[in-house]
Amino acid sequence: MDFWTGLLQGILQTALSPTTAAFALAAIGLNVHFGFTGLMNMGQAGFMLVGAYGFGVSVTLGAGFWVGIAVAIGAAVLFALILGIPTLKLRGDYLAIVTISAAEIVRMVVKLAALQDITGGPSGIPGQKYRPVFTELSPLPEGRTNILGLDYANTGVDDWWTRIVAWGLVLFFLLVTWLLMRSPWGRVLKGIREDEDAVRSLGKSGFAYKLQALILGGLIGALGGIVMALPSAMQPDSMGRPTTFNLWMIVLLGGAATIFGPLLGSILFFVVRLVLTGFASEFIPSTVLNNQQTEQLAWVLIGISLILLVVFRPQGILGNKKELSFNV
Amino acid sequence: MARTTAIPVNARRWMGVSLLLALTIALFGGLFDAPAAHAADCTPDATTGCVQGVIKTSDGEPAEGIEVTLTGGGEDQSVRTDAAGRWVFAVTAAGDYTVAVTESSLPEGQFFKSAGSRTVTVQLNNQASALFPLSDEKSAEQSGDGPKADGGSDKQASGGASWGRFWQQFVSGIRMGLLIALASLGLSLVFGTTGLSNFAQGEMVTMGGLLAAGFMTLTGNLWLAGLLAVVISAAFGWAQDKVLWKPLRRRRLSLMQLMIVSIGLSITMQYLFQFFWGSGVVRIDKATAATTSLLGVTLTTQSWVAMGISLLAIVGVGLGLMYTRFGRATRAISDNPALAQASGIDVDRVINIVWIVGAGLAGLAGVFLGLVFNGLNWFTGGQLLLMFFAAVTLGGLGTAFGAFVGSMIIGMMVELTNIWLPGDLKYATALLLLILILLVRPQGIFGRKERIG
Repeated sequence: MDFWTGLLQGILQTALSPTTAAFALAAIGLNVHFGFTGLMNMGQAGFMLVGAYGFGVSVTLGAGFWVGIAVAIGAAVLFALILGIPTLKLRGDYLAIVTISAAEIVRMVVKLAALQDITGGPSGIPGQKYRPVFTELSPLPEGRTNILGLDYANTGVDDWWTRIVAWGLVLFFLLVTWLLMRSPWGRVLKGIREDEDAVRSLGKSGFAYKLQALILGGLIGALGGIVMALPSAMQPDSMGRPTTFNLWMIVLLGGAATIFGPLLGSILFFVVRLVLTGFASEFIPSTVLNNQQTEQLAWVLIGISLILLVVFRPQGILGNKKELSFNV
Repeated sequence: MARTTAIPVNARRWMGVSLLLALTIALFGGLFDAPAAHAADCTPDATTGCVQGVIKTSDGEPAEGIEVTLTGGGEDQSVRTDAAGRWVFAVTAAGDYTVAVTESSLPEGQFFKSAGSRTVTVQLNNQASALFPLSDEKSAEQSGDGPKADGGSDKQASGGASWGRFWQQFVSGIRMGLLIALASLGLSLVFGTTGLSNFAQGEMVTMGGLLAAGFMTLTGNLWLAGLLAVVISAAFGWAQDKVLWKPLRRRRLSLMQLMIVSIGLSITMQYLFQFFWGSGVVRIDKATAATTSLLGVTLTTQSWVAMGISLLAIVGVGLGLMYTRFGRATRAISDNPALAQASGIDVDRVINIVWIVGAGLAGLAGVFLGLVFNGLNWFTGGQLLLMFFAAVTLGGLGTAFGAFVGSMIIGMMVELTNIWLPGDLKYATALLLLILILLVRPQGIFGRKERIG
């Protein structure tokens, strides 16, 4: 019985955790890229990293909260411009290779031991260096609050304030994508996804729209990176290639080109993983499978389900197969 | 070979760029020397966590007086190992710390076997440890990310780039280039014939190395183990095509979908490797490797042999592509699959053989990587994957000769930037080159313009 209540509690905790919100945000951004515009961005984790470090480094150097956010957004826009201008004219798989390489370069540079004083090198920036500017904005009273058996400090390290802001941002950007995608601008994006030549023949510059989409999605990803770093610490390796692949899994699982797909995808992704590892550690004796091995098998499962998903249900749970076009 | 002679000129231009970069980084980086304290004892309690370890020389004697530093989480400590080779740090906050051994304090003739710095996760009321195995040969320390040792016996100005160092790195670059070429030939051939950007190529490389390590413990004969690993890799290529890729081509999946399938395959394989082989370094040949000096360059004997066999294999595949019926069929399919099919070529059979050859070469690359860098882990191939892509794109997607030249350039870049830039940047420069090439000449050196959409 303890196991079941514990599991339920764990599911609720995971579904509401800031990490889930961070992945949902980054997946919303990736959905703008891939789902709506058809861009194969394989470096979304790079945008997260640029955002997180833009914020973290500027705050540790003494900037305030809003300046830090502005730096993060500026860095993400710059990153999108640098990536987009040369590659958006190329075929889809080139964009994929360039974005994945650029994300790796950023990660390697941030990880440099020579930049230890600024970025913290391989060990990153500890949370207490940049969190205070965020927590002091909290309007919540002192103390702890218990909702549905979830007990967190109102304002502190892993607190309600982070959760409120994180999920507020998710809701805000869901609204933004919903409004944008039914606007004329969004229709042009979808047109580019379906047939770029047709859009160009109507006098729209496919390149400009694609670049705008890359910037918007990257910006949302950068905010996702900040949200991910807020409750814990900033580490270059936590925003590497596996993170990008997870985001793809999330978008494809929930349903690309849908508004709520990224949200559903990221909650499912984390909850299902929790349930699987929870069951494995409860019912399979640790002599057969220890915790580490369960974790590895969970990853194997993620890989296999990514294959199955793309082959048999590329539109995901919420998607419409006609809406999804894998160009090239 | 006419190409390789042109490289130093090319590389020199890069040197200028990298030198500038290095200066900027040095300006930013600064030096942080902390006073060295003597190793004290540390008992973990509710507010203290300990990081500790023992450093021994390659012959098992404790190494005294080696400087070890701990950084991260606001800490910046430094100690020297005591008479028992022991070092201890006490920290007051849980988290990740970087422990590094100062290379200049190592006893003479000793080098890092793997990395010279490690990240350890420390918990309060607990002990964490980090190992820094030492080796008595210089080439052994290349498998890690650690900074490279300057020449062992001859004294060099620190940070200076002497001609000897350049020459040594140049030959290492050729070695790296040949290994990359082995792996990227398959990538390039598969891309040419099917259009698939195979993200699981790195894992096929890793698999070759890990299999060789497995067979080595079973048989004890290096040649036999390597041969078996290559054969099984090739068989895996055959099976992969039959079970996965051919049915997917039949279902008319788009290239993007195929690419994501290969990403899924790569994740699956990486964690299966971890499951079966663990996440540590697996060594194929546990004996201390002998070294041979040729033309003033000292590499392990295995490296020289590996370079020779790689060159033979690459030339063999190149000649096969040029002069055999099968090679012509492969090139015909790369040019125009529909036309090739119409003129009576069995496209599926040719693609299947391309998979077998590509996977076999990738497996061979894995075996050599494991030998040359003295061990490999589950992510060795994954780490190099982008190098393969860079090589293939640089030469021109889908052209085999282009893949070879691209590989040599990338291999050279990786090893040569190592002279001026910190070791952790060596892959970044190659990726930067990839992006620049795509900017200026997206079809690569030998690609044709119409390939680009």
